[in-house]
Amino acid sequence: MIESVFQNDLLAPGHMGCPGCGASLAMRYVLEALGPNTLVIMPAGCWSTFVGLYPSTTLRVPVMSVPFATTAAAASGVRASLDRQGRHGVTVLAWAGDGGTFDIGIQALSGAAERGVDMVYVCYDNEAYMNTGIQRSSATPPGCWTTTTPFTALKKEPKKNMVEIMVAHGISYAASASVGYPHDLMAKVRKAKGMAGTRFIHLLASCPTGWRHETQLTLEVARRAVECRVFPLFEVFGGVKWVLNPMPAKKPVDEYLVLQGRFKGLTAEGRGQFQEWVDTAWDRIEKKCRPCPADEPN
Amino acid sequence: MKRVIMGTEAAALAAFLARVQVVAAYPITPQTVTVEELSNYIGRGDLAAEFLSVESEHSAMAACVGASATGSRAFTATSSQGLALMHEMLHHSAGGRLPIVMVNANRALSPPWNLYCDHTDSLSQRDTGWIQYYCCDAQDVIDGILIAYKVAEKVMLPVMVNLDGFYLTHTAEIVDIPEPAEVDAFLPSYLPEVKVDVDSPSTYGAVCGSDWYASLKYRRQEDMLAVEEAWRTEAKDFASRFGRLHPPVDAYLAENADIAIVTMGTADGAARLAAQALREQGVAASSLRVGLFRPFPCQSLLKAVQGVKHLVVLDRDVSFGAEGIVAQEVKSCLYGRSSAEVRGFVAGIGGVDITAYGLVEMVHQALSGSGRAGSLGESFWVEVRP
Repeated sequence: MIESVFQNDLLAPGHMGCPGCGASLAMRYVLEALGPNTLVIMPAGCWSTFVGLYPSTTLRVPVMSVPFATTAAAASGVRASLDRQGRHGVTVLAWAGDGGTFDIGIQALSGAAERGVDMVYVCYDNEAYMNTGIQRSSATPPGCWTTTTPFTALKKEPKKNMVEIMVAHGISYAASASVGYPHDLMAKVRKAKGMAGTRFIHLLASCPTGWRHETQLTLEVARRAVECRVFPLFEVFGGVKWVLNPMPAKKPVDEYLVLQGRFKGLTAEGRGQFQEWVDTAWDRIEKKCRPCPADEPN
Repeated sequence: MKRVIMGTEAAALAAFLARVQVVAAYPITPQTVTVEELSNYIGRGDLAAEFLSVESEHSAMAACVGASATGSRAFTATSSQGLALMHEMLHHSAGGRLPIVMVNANRALSPPWNLYCDHTDSLSQRDTGWIQYYCCDAQDVIDGILIAYKVAEKVMLPVMVNLDGFYLTHTAEIVDIPEPAEVDAFLPSYLPEVKVDVDSPSTYGAVCGSDWYASLKYRRQEDMLAVEEAWRTEAKDFASRFGRLHPPVDAYLAENADIAIVTMGTADGAARLAAQALREQGVAASSLRVGLFRPFPCQSLLKAVQGVKHLVVLDRDVSFGAEGIVAQEVKSCLYGRSSAEVRGFVAGIGGVDITAYGLVEMVHQALSGSGRAGSLGESFWVEVRP
């Protein structure tokens, strides 16, 4: 039996995203979980361009398009304004890409998190500045091709650990999610909705255009990321309690890399290094999520 | 009720009287007292508002945008470096037609690092589409901010109220504080027709094509040009209620004046003394204070300079590679409409004092044609180390 997920369906047809856009799915699922009493603030990025050309919009909720660095700051102002008007039930959804979160938007996000601004902040991560033509961000994985890390100069630096940065702020809820696992995503969003304070969700949104995979493989790629432990699914409550979500059976990273043209610059050695990077990161998270004896801190 | 307060305290009191609902600010000398006072008003419960200690001035304006677009009266304050950091957001908030009021303490821009009075910070933002008003004393601050909100919410454009760093921010003067009930009658609650709201979903700041963009910008320019009249109207209403007029341009000893000393901000005080002294010397001098700088109050200025033969324009700023900004604006306004000669002087940069006798000297230089003040089209720098 096919289960229809959508009660709200706040994404109308006609958005201008690429065929197979993972980010469009991301918004659809998140809004399904949050409902219509949601005000969206988004910076420059894929979404703020494909949401529609004035005077049309593809969203059935209000959207504020704000300058690139300001998502969390503008959201802070919106929250303060709504609270001043007694409208505490309106969900403020800050919706930014990896560039607008990990890089240019990080200062405003850190400030808002430190102040505990009551909002749900979702970073839809397609691992590069996709809207401007696939340039690298600090969310781009190592060994990855982008237009500013071409095959002659692939990205060396590891992916910035954004969830852990948010956890260090002691926010009420931080979690990772993938568009390949919509039920897990929506459960996390519903959970976040019922909490107070700054709630952060790092959402992997596969991108056929920038990742160079076939357009019908968006969900498959987003699932492989989790299966291969490249993108583990976990939650952190109050900045201290780490919980690993049930993970599918582990697969070697090659099964993830092989689907995507952006990784074809990796040699066998490079893929080996990628596996090491994934394994080290996985061990770290697993350790944090494991209940530990009193004398052995996380 | 009269009290002795500094310009920054007057600014905080004005925001309190205006019943601002969201204050988002970052500290910077010499604005600090304003935000400190406001955090106290809010903390004590005297002012029902949210106070956001944001992490930068760019974020301060972003937070004000979020607040204003969703229907709350927003306020912030900054100075020099902070104002410069906000530059993108100044364009955005004016383009977003948001009636935010911001106090700017005029301070020199670094490097070198100088905290003192200089107008280059706000004047170099003159193209962003913010209404700009320059206060001459603490009374002008408290009244000017109230008029600013009234005008802002009528025309849906933001207003920058400027205070000379230290001269006005940190000088204590006698100020007549308006009664809250009377302020409420002049400035009712902010209830915008259009706002971002879940009850009526719409988009703000969407991507749009060139045709729409040009049309919206044109309409914004029209609305901006109408602000000189709007300010005059609201200032007149304010005067009828509170007995004090704050016009776009203010002339002193104007009768049969041959020469006018044009200033902005607190230098008007020295200009008035200079005009008095010159009159005693037999020179028919007057002082002319530019209060409203953007839109440039050309109509008011032309009226004020009728019959005046010489304008000595003081700039506490410079547009590098050109001349003093106020001098440029005055010349542009007068071109083809007045035969008055305009001589520009750059003085008071980085907080050097402007004195009455210094202004008298400038006037004599301008009249005698001595020194470089004689060559029209160039601002003469008054205090420069050899």
